[in-house]
Amino acid sequence: MKPDVDIKIRIRELSNRKKLPDKTPYTGISVNNIINISGDSGISCRDIEIASLEEEIIPERYIRNMKSFSANDQATLLKSMITIVGLGGLGGVVTEILARTGIGILNLVDGDVFEESNLNRQFLCTENLISTQKAEAAEKRIKEINSSVTVRKYSEYLNEENAAGIIGGSDAVIDCLDSLTARFVLERASKKAGRRLVSAAVAGSYGHITTIFPEDPGLKLIYGDPENAPNKGAETSLGALSYCVSLVASLEASEAIKIILKNGSLLRNKLLVIDLADNSFETMHLS
Amino acid sequence: MSKKAFITLKLFATLGKFTPASADNYRVEPGTSVRDLIAGLKIPEEKAKLIFIDGIKGELDSTLNGGERIGIFPPVGGG
Repeated sequence: MKPDVDIKIRIRELSNRKKLPDKTPYTGISVNNIINISGDSGISCRDIEIASLEEEIIPERYIRNMKSFSANDQATLLKSMITIVGLGGLGGVVTEILARTGIGILNLVDGDVFEESNLNRQFLCTENLISTQKAEAAEKRIKEINSSVTVRKYSEYLNEENAAGIIGGSDAVIDCLDSLTARFVLERASKKAGRRLVSAAVAGSYGHITTIFPEDPGLKLIYGDPENAPNKGAETSLGALSYCVSLVASLEASEAIKIILKNGSLLRNKLLVIDLADNSFETMHLS
Repeated sequence: MSKKAFITLKLFATLGKFTPASADNYRVEPGTSVRDLIAGLKIPEEKAKLIFIDGIKGELDSTLNGGERIGIFPPVGGG
């Protein structure tokens, strides 16, 4: 069911004139009022928020986005779908950021469960969630953060058979995987489905990130031909540090949001290389 | 005697342990290949997956004439 004129009147009735810290005036609506209108009307919180933004009434939860995003941008994000493949170190942070940012539909893909060695860096992992499905924990976390986000949970590993069905229709796909073999599976599926892919990897205090459009050469420029690439890389001996993982994950979220809003510059055919050991950040040209 | 040529060398992640003391001003023979450079540093060739010369992707056969910044990376896949 879509919001009608009566719903828009209700949104306006429950909105408030307010001011940003810099005194810019705005009209806002609270989380509770969004949830109440949704409960009364049977219309999803997401559609209520979109209707609100169309009236230039800003849901309070997004108000700190509003000097960077327009109301239209925020509505575009709410109408978007992103697939996050891998819900470990990178994926947990990406999930948190995208839920808070207000991406409308998040497809979450991971067949794994949490183990103790995840606690150092995987934001979704807590002591009482050891042995819990990562996708289940991610869904629960999103629901706690933002009731406007629709979650499609896949507690399974991505493979050649299920990939097309999962990523189809995504406005962006984010590679948060931990093996090179699986990364190539995801890239093949993304290219085939015409989806744009953000891919990042970490080891110790080192990380890199790139953005791949379907027509781009992609991962083979980084890892060589898939048939000769190893399954794992330097992370096997270096592990991964929380502050490096979360930094690189933030960059992945940023790329995906720029893809959807069609603004800023993307890391297409480029690799942003980060080494926190000496604070080096450099964008390399892959072709 | 051949002309002196120097490069700046940065070895990433697990390759860091092969970094020579003079990495910021590392002497090479002009015309030397990246493959020769890697062999001289005792880096296993299959570990040198990704090579950048002055921020642009290079190859094992790329040649160095001095003045370049070289970055060499192993495969990295952690998430």
